[in-house]
Amino acid sequence: MSNRILTMSRAGREALDWEMERRDEIFCLGEDVYNFGGIFGTMDGFGAKYGPERVINTPISETGFIGMAAGAAMAGMHPVIDLAYIDFIGVCYNVLLNTASKTHYMSGGNVKVPMTLLIGTGGGYNNAAQHSQCLHATVAHIPGAKVVYPSNAYDAKGMLHSALRDENFVIFLTHKGTAGVGWMGTPIKTTMNEVPVDDYTVPFGKVAIPRDGSDVSLVSLGMGVHESLKAAEELAKDGISAQVVDLRSLVPLDREGLLSAVSKTGRLVVVDEDYLSYGVSGEVIASIVEMDATVLKKSPRRVCMPDIPIPYSRVMEEAILPTAGRIADAARSLM
Amino acid sequence: MSLTPDMRRGFYRTMVKSRHFDDSMIALYWVGKTPIFAFGKGPLPGELHCSNGAEPVGAGVCAALSADDMITADHRPHHVAVARGVDFPRMCAELLGKEPGLSHGKGGHMHIYDPKVNFASSGIIAEGMAPAAGMALARRLQKKPGIAVAFIGEGAANQGAFHETLNIVGVMKLPFIVVVQDNEWGVSTSKAESTAIARNSDRASAYGMAGEYVESNDADDIYHAAARAVARARAGEGGTILELKTARLVGHFMGDQQGYIPPEKAQVDPLPLYRAKLIAEGVLTEDSAAAIEAEAKAEVDAAMQFAKDAPYPAPQDAYNHVFA
Ligand SMILES: Cc1ncc(C[n+]2csc(CCOP(=O)(O)OP(=O)(O)O)c2C)c(N)n1
Repeated sequence: MSNRILTMSRAGREALDWEMERRDEIFCLGEDVYNFGGIFGTMDGFGAKYGPERVINTPISETGFIGMAAGAAMAGMHPVIDLAYIDFIGVCYNVLLNTASKTHYMSGGNVKVPMTLLIGTGGGYNNAAQHSQCLHATVAHIPGAKVVYPSNAYDAKGMLHSALRDENFVIFLTHKGTAGVGWMGTPIKTTMNEVPVDDYTVPFGKVAIPRDGSDVSLVSLGMGVHESLKAAEELAKDGISAQVVDLRSLVPLDREGLLSAVSKTGRLVVVDEDYLSYGVSGEVIASIVEMDATVLKKSPRRVCMPDIPIPYSRVMEEAILPTAGRIADAARSLM
Repeated sequence: MSLTPDMRRGFYRTMVKSRHFDDSMIALYWVGKTPIFAFGKGPLPGELHCSNGAEPVGAGVCAALSADDMITADHRPHHVAVARGVDFPRMCAELLGKEPGLSHGKGGHMHIYDPKVNFASSGIIAEGMAPAAGMALARRLQKKPGIAVAFIGEGAANQGAFHETLNIVGVMKLPFIVVVQDNEWGVSTSKAESTAIARNSDRASAYGMAGEYVESNDADDIYHAAARAVARARAGEGGTILELKTARLVGHFMGDQQGYIPPEKAQVDPLPLYRAKLIAEGVLTEDSAAAIEAEAKAEVDAAMQFAKDAPYPAPQDAYNHVFA
């Protein structure tokens, strides 16, 4: 059957279901995964289907259960953890920082930690400073953890298959606004695309170019891709042809693919809902400048979350999110 | 330490005020969120965790505290904030994201701060534990009389922060109380499913402190237990785990249909019970109860009107207050 248009949440769920059906080493754990199927529905109905041995509802003890997942992975399992919101990594950061990401290296390659950590990120719905962060740079900065961030249903399914077949610790991020879950309102059209019934993988470390263009490159990830696509539409009305580049994977990062995309336009706007400083936007620009600064016709621009905690009130949050209007303005300023 | 009729009428008033506040917020929460429910729509955006059912906890515990004492609350802070006397019109304005709000619209409902009454809250589970212990330590270092109270849910008692903090409190014999609000549920996970023992108060002996469980969701019983814990803390006898059997009547957050709760576990509303008790004991009459209700509601309605009429912050205000 073709023409199946799914949300990211449903597409990811298919990959996890497919792998769980076939591989006993995969099991799920997290808060409210049994009854609720995880906050983004990736484990929707799994409690009834796989039972409490393989879909483990945990207490609110992240240090404990994420550490346990790392141990189970070392002992030959492949845990899939739902950590709801990335803001909560504060309480379990040591496992990510010092165990899951470093054990393989410290053991000289003798111990593997194959586990997948599903996390929701992002704001735009007025949930204030402790429930709206992106923080992907905070986790991507740790060597030894792969970090992926699909922005559409096809990639979500293919990249989750890849994560579940990967022998490493993979942090699998989804921007809440792109997941297509009920409480975020009507799903964003551009996140939903055709998803094959069969299993397939989307490899990590390859950028995607959801819209090609010749005047300016809008490089982004997660929700930023969709804001960039909107901005490209706006820019087209002014006769500006914008290319949209979706990073998809932060670790590994496709620097070559990035350079070749940006070379085509020579003008770069990096869009990131994570904080501006010390993050992805700096990494993207530095990578290009290091590889070949001459591809740039103009100094690049960044449209990011400023370095401030995220305010609750809508008027203030709207003022700082990297929205299509702001992206388009930045692109125009480069023409 | 003994309860007067005036205090009990005060409890009832506080509880009614808190309830009417939550009910008003719930009504406002649904504005703009239908037909397609989305957290981010309408005049009251984001997640909303209401306190309906937990009002006796706020009323009973806060009545046993004095102005020097410090409080940290969690993601469900309204009943404690109301009982503590947090600036109420400004709290309403904060939930609406308005400029005169307690945090000028930066905090929202999970992040209510009112330093005038030593009140803080946080949306990260058990995050208030260690800061409260630190507040207790500060009072000791300052040679001031206050103690500190952390309000958390029973689900939060499984966080590392709970156990680490209590061990330190035990070692240092800090004037500290953790109020564990046992409403049975942490989102959709029941206490029995998440906690290896029935009562968190039994964990107290592991930390060298007192533990008490209050079985009823009744402000009088809660007050007495809290007063005992406060007296211990003030006397230098160390900390208490005070676990209170309470209720969560309207779901984890707005939008939670609670399909996971079996009918036999349906929770009881403590307010009509308390009202009936006070009337039976002659502390209230039908008329005086109605008068208290009308007065509390009028206060809430006036504060809500203030909040609705208040201006939004300027968009550029987002950049204020990053640093002191
Ligand atoms: C560290 C952390 N983990 C998870 C969450 C998500 N979360 C918010 S409230 C909640 C349940 C809390 O249950 P409980 O402590 O019993 O309080 P209640 O909601 O019942 O009042 C969870 C899991 C969070 N906010 N912080």
